[in-house]
Amino acid sequence: MAELSNAVDIANAVRNGSVSAVAVLDQYLARIDARESSIHAFNLVTREQARSMAAKVDADVKAGRDPGPLAGVPIALKDNMCTRGVPTTCSSRILDGWKPPYDATVVTRLAEAGAVFVGKTNLDEFAMGSSTENSAFGVTYNPHDTSRVSGGSSGGSAAAVAAGFAAASLGSDTGGSIRQPAALCGVVGVKPTYGTVSRYGLVAFASSLDQIGPFTVDVRDAAVLLEAMSGHDPLDSTSIPQPALSLQASLDRDVKGLRIGRITDLPGGSDSEVEARLAESFDALAAAGATIVDVELPSMKYGLTAYYLIAPAEASSNLARYDGVRYGLRVDAADTNAMYMATRAAGFGDEVKRRIMLGTYALSAGYYDAYYGKALKVRRLISDDFARAYQKADVLLTPTSPIVAFPVGAKVDDPLSMYLCDVFTIPTNLAGHPAMSVPFGTGAHGLPVGVQVLAPTLGESVMFQVAAHLERVAPGGAK
Amino acid sequence: MSETFMIDGYELVVGLEVHVELATATKLFSASANRFGDDPNTHIDPVTLGLPGALPVLNRQAVELAMRIGLALNCSVQACTFHRKNYFYPDMPKAYQISQYDVPLNIDGWLELPGGKRIGIERAHLEEDTGKSTHIGGTGGRIHGSDYSLIDFNRAGVPLVEIVGRPDIATPDEAKQYVTELRQILVAIGASDAKMEEGSMRCDANVSVRKPGAPLGTRCEIKNVNSVRSLGRAIEYEARRQIALIEGGEKVRQETRHWDENDGRTHTLRTKEDADDYRYFLEPDLVPLAPDASWIDAVRAALPMLPRERRARLSSATGAPADGEAIMVVVERGQDDYVLAVAAAGADASRALVHVKEAYAEQGATPAVPAADLARMIVLETSGKLTSTQAKTVLAEIVANGGGDAEKIAAAKGFEAMDTGALEAMVDEVIAAQADAWAKFCAGEEKAMGALVGAIMKASKGKADGKAVTALLQSKRG
Repeated sequence: MAELSNAVDIANAVRNGSVSAVAVLDQYLARIDARESSIHAFNLVTREQARSMAAKVDADVKAGRDPGPLAGVPIALKDNMCTRGVPTTCSSRILDGWKPPYDATVVTRLAEAGAVFVGKTNLDEFAMGSSTENSAFGVTYNPHDTSRVSGGSSGGSAAAVAAGFAAASLGSDTGGSIRQPAALCGVVGVKPTYGTVSRYGLVAFASSLDQIGPFTVDVRDAAVLLEAMSGHDPLDSTSIPQPALSLQASLDRDVKGLRIGRITDLPGGSDSEVEARLAESFDALAAAGATIVDVELPSMKYGLTAYYLIAPAEASSNLARYDGVRYGLRVDAADTNAMYMATRAAGFGDEVKRRIMLGTYALSAGYYDAYYGKALKVRRLISDDFARAYQKADVLLTPTSPIVAFPVGAKVDDPLSMYLCDVFTIPTNLAGHPAMSVPFGTGAHGLPVGVQVLAPTLGESVMFQVAAHLERVAPGGAK
Repeated sequence: MSETFMIDGYELVVGLEVHVELATATKLFSASANRFGDDPNTHIDPVTLGLPGALPVLNRQAVELAMRIGLALNCSVQACTFHRKNYFYPDMPKAYQISQYDVPLNIDGWLELPGGKRIGIERAHLEEDTGKSTHIGGTGGRIHGSDYSLIDFNRAGVPLVEIVGRPDIATPDEAKQYVTELRQILVAIGASDAKMEEGSMRCDANVSVRKPGAPLGTRCEIKNVNSVRSLGRAIEYEARRQIALIEGGEKVRQETRHWDENDGRTHTLRTKEDADDYRYFLEPDLVPLAPDASWIDAVRAALPMLPRERRARLSSATGAPADGEAIMVVVERGQDDYVLAVAAAGADASRALVHVKEAYAEQGATPAVPAADLARMIVLETSGKLTSTQAKTVLAEIVANGGGDAEKIAAAKGFEAMDTGALEAMVDEVIAAQADAWAKFCAGEEKAMGALVGAIMKASKGKADGKAVTALLQSKRG
């Protein structure tokens, strides 16, 4: 694996004129040319747009204008974020040919910060999956071992950063879709507090759970990207009315005295080496003067079940608009209902159909109380459990994923075992809390392991403080 | 009395659901204009079209207008939530309608009919309108069997308030009064232009029948009622249809029926078994709406006087009945302030009411004629310087010119007050000339009076006051 430059260093060099944004871009495009065919991180590489964005950054620098904190940083966007005039597919055939007439708020904000967009990355169709094998356009392979998956659903974005195709990327996280692929690809991935980053222009999977966040090569970059993306957006009613996060100051703060929570009733089944890395991360924080405290999250074990009712229920409604009437794929048929059915049968893949059926069922008259209604109650219980735990602890640590990157095809016929990949990440989304994955050594086959740092609502500062420490002490000389 | 209204021994039980489009500048969840009648698909945007990634943002003006409606209908305004109502239809861009479900904005109010009866209001909630489909080819303008369909999304996302009335309406006439009164309230508070013909006000009627004292019968919902008159016809037709079924030993099926204006009947649209399962759930793209007390108070304080209060005010100023035709008509035209201004300028209020009702049909709420001009004319009339017939003539000219000096107009027309002595002499002459008619009149044949009055009016060249003539004739008869 090539040594990866971080976004902060690139932006500094571009801003002070020591390197041009175009030259930086050329390096990244060269890496894409060399290796993309064996990784398939992208649905689309936006070469021309990237060149013109980079040239504009250079022109700004030359004219004495500051292009912003992400000046010339090549960034890849998950292909479920709307980009004006550029196809946005969600890795689904149903959106065939659709070009959004508008940019997502995050896209606008990163562009204003000087970022250069290199392309749209592959994902599990509509972000439904944990391996990026559910894409209509093929698998994204893990840069650490191309016989293995990159994780998902933001596998393309994780792989793009890990392979050096982009200095950073954006993903979306509904049940772990940023953190799990970050762990499997050995990069940093952050799911911010729900409402911190605007969802305007993010194609919805499960609206009450979806949140956009960054993939980066190190923790500082993640802080800088989040600072650029976050802050209230009047176009998203669920956006928290507060200014952008301020995180960089917390990165160098000592962890001494912090209370680090260990969940004593954490669901089992993790690889022994994953468990060993987690234990080492607690040891490292204790050695630095933090206090390890035991907490219980008894309802955490129901999180997966509640999630697989709530997320599909919302998805069944969110995906109903893909009916062939106004945009995307249309398969003609004898009448309107037949056209709907033919279009949706041809346009959606199996996992999407599975979840639409699950969600429709969960919301149906006579079943609502037993399924969706009960799942909402579990969701509240999980939030209550977290609230109690955060009375005792400032942050919690868990593995990000119970296992390291698995071979392509190993779980495709077993949806339940695929769903279990997200057992540690899902409860965070149900509670609306922030969490991030930090690379912390390796596991089986020398593959990356991620440790997950969880924090309460708007606890990003302390979360980054702990994550930055873990990064400094990570085994194997991780960055 | 309405309480005793029956058809063949059955009572009617009617509840109305009225949808009104709010008169906002923009749509309920986006910045596109809320405007009727423009070229198709000119007021659209990512939110209106339900494009992937677009999100709704609630329109504050729509909330305020909806609160006005609630407060004008004596509802409680409460913290509320939005739900998704899921179903597929080509003119529904997201395949769900954002509406309010278990916790609506306005609950538990009432509307008072002009006669004083109160009709309960269960709720008045906010929701978005759909687009408009036009089905080309096939029969009956239905989607089934058509060759293709055109969709105009200008209406999609337009804010609606659905006002759900309780089944307190007992006659077709009460239903018509309810809708008429509701329309006036909506217009008065500036919430909607409430035009049934343009679809900015739509009315569905839930109709059932029962024997007095029996439990509620099975109800049918009647859709496609496009005027107040049709509403009365549709309810009566539907009641008779249900009664005929029951009398024939059949049962009424719960169903949605379509009113056909052409054949004057209702027809099955869909039965209960075909009803969609809307899979309502809390709209995750919106946060709860919780208007604070100071906002609610401000909206309440800014409410204009409602038609009921306006009628009462005009009634006490004129002595005319509040639910009589003159006051109903004048208040509906919004000319009650004008009548009061005429009275304030020194004229008799009841004459002002009559003249405005009769002569101002083409004038709006702010007539062109200065109130003082009408007042002067009325003073001439009530002081006997103009007969009521002359007064009408003078007023017609004043209205046509948008104002004018009644005295000058009367003089120009050669109208002059006829004193009582002159009139009496003229009456005596006519009695002498028309001895036959006079004899018949004296014998109690009231019809004969017409001939006498006509002759006197002719002799006076219209200057005689009809009322004075009648009074003279009667006093002379003894």
